[in-house]
Amino acid sequence: MRSKVVLGRLLRNRQARYGGIALILLIALAYIGPYLGAYDWTDKDFLAFLSPPDADHWWGTTSIGQDMYAVTLRGMQKSIVIGLLVALFATGLAALVGAFAGYFGGWVDKVLMWGVDLLLVLPSFLIIAIISPRLRGASWLWFVVLLAAFAWMITSRVVRSMTLSLREREYVQAALYMGIPRWKIILRHIVPNLSSLLIIDATLNVSGAVIGEAALSFFGFGIQPPDVSLGTLIAEGARNATGYPWLFAFPAGLLVLLVLAINLIGDGLRDALDPGSNT
Amino acid sequence: MGKFLLRRLATNVILIALAASLAYMLAATTMNPRGAYEGRQPPVAEEVIDATLDAYNLNDKTPVFERYLTWAGGVVTGDFGKTWNGGSVNEEMGRRIMVSLRLLLIGTLLGFALGVAVGAYSAVRQYRFSDRAIGVSSFVVMAVPVFLLATLLAIATYNLNRGLGFTLIEYTGEYNPRLSGWDQFLNRLNHLILPTISLTLGSIAFYSRIQRNMMLDVLNQDFVRTAMAKGLRRRTALFKHALRTALIPSATYFAFAFGTMLTGAIFTEKIFSWHGMGAWLVDAINQNDVNSVAAVSLFTAVCVLFAAFLSDLLVASLDPRVRVS
Repeated sequence: MRSKVVLGRLLRNRQARYGGIALILLIALAYIGPYLGAYDWTDKDFLAFLSPPDADHWWGTTSIGQDMYAVTLRGMQKSIVIGLLVALFATGLAALVGAFAGYFGGWVDKVLMWGVDLLLVLPSFLIIAIISPRLRGASWLWFVVLLAAFAWMITSRVVRSMTLSLREREYVQAALYMGIPRWKIILRHIVPNLSSLLIIDATLNVSGAVIGEAALSFFGFGIQPPDVSLGTLIAEGARNATGYPWLFAFPAGLLVLLVLAINLIGDGLRDALDPGSNT
Repeated sequence: MGKFLLRRLATNVILIALAASLAYMLAATTMNPRGAYEGRQPPVAEEVIDATLDAYNLNDKTPVFERYLTWAGGVVTGDFGKTWNGGSVNEEMGRRIMVSLRLLLIGTLLGFALGVAVGAYSAVRQYRFSDRAIGVSSFVVMAVPVFLLATLLAIATYNLNRGLGFTLIEYTGEYNPRLSGWDQFLNRLNHLILPTISLTLGSIAFYSRIQRNMMLDVLNQDFVRTAMAKGLRRRTALFKHALRTALIPSATYFAFAFGTMLTGAIFTEKIFSWHGMGAWLVDAINQNDVNSVAAVSLFTAVCVLFAAFLSDLLVASLDPRVRVS
């Protein structure tokens, strides 16, 4: 019932509607677009190096003859997948750590929150930058884990403080007196009641992760070649952006559109799920 | 209050020590300074390499913990060790620290002040055209990552300068060493324009969103109405009563936004070729320069915690409830 109300509110919200339409179009472009183009992202056209956009190569070609359209869409697929996975991991971790710390209190709370403080102080950029180039050859999923590992702390603090008040509610007390194990109470009664916060947070984490991935890849600390992402493409294009603007404009434009669409949805979700909230 | 701040300070010192140690351990175990010597032509004898690395406390044959103790002993006495090729980390840091601090200080102050001003203005003019324009542009700005913004600024300036036929706005480096006196100062200011824009635009957008929402919340409350009812002019009531209350959340976000700005500074410095701490970090990672990496992470940890401390102070000075309890 509530989900119907929320969905209705979301659809009535103009920002969220535009953001949603834009996101659907972008995802369709990333996953259906490659079938429409004439080239695969691994193809190299040795007759067209650095050619500007034309009827054959819609978005031009790179310095080694790759079709920019195919490569950019491939990069966008990777960016979207990374964003979604990081958001899932980060929000999940934030919910678990925050809820356990808040529910158990005492030394569990102290230890977990110290860990959170420490991770907040550690320069995440530095740590990911040191570790990730050394994962060359390993799966890019490790990169997702690294990004997620530094994206959950602030949310887990919010979750903790909300759990502190949920802990005293009647239904939680009732579950406790019925002899349900505490971890089950956390998973069944506390985390679901934080769902609006978590949904909003996960949405905003997606855009944060997309930006984070692109930023690290910009210095070569992210996705490693031959694989591509929007970040590596922008880094590549930025070097000759004045001479060959199509190498830069398409990946950069898509990145901004993607992040903007997700942020609009996130903001709309916040209005729909949590009408009283302010930030 | 004083006691609270002191305890906060003590925790912060421990956190800084822990963060720097962890960063050192990570850098020392994963980086390989030996590689820079091994590949040389003509080949260098292994004993020579060992001796050199030993002298710089970078030898991977020494156990990590022993190297860590040597490093930590040095840091406590104010010596950050040697770079991978034997330079002094202290000297390098002395050269670079002011470059970054200047950029960060100007960026933080401008970002906070302008962001709060824009947000408050936007709230006072709710649903008018200016409010909507500010809202839309802050959304767009927040979707443009710093490295993209900086690159775009550099490209735009390049084209502008070429179109004009002379250099109106500088887009590389920090100053022109051939100038002196007043010209030099103006030249420095000119070089500051683009990095400052690239660093502040994001935080202006960020603060303006928070400030607008908070201000809207406060504007309809009784105490603002009372302030106007007792005869204060609207402007005074808004500034003295509404703005002050609405500033508190922005002040709490200050520490968080500062961390983001540090990361932003890495990109800004690198793209506009400023030789600050951020650019040093990227170079040090690429050169397997363990001691420099540790020094930069110590610097960032100090900065972040100082910002958190400042944010506590700011909140305490704005919010009487915090001071009393």
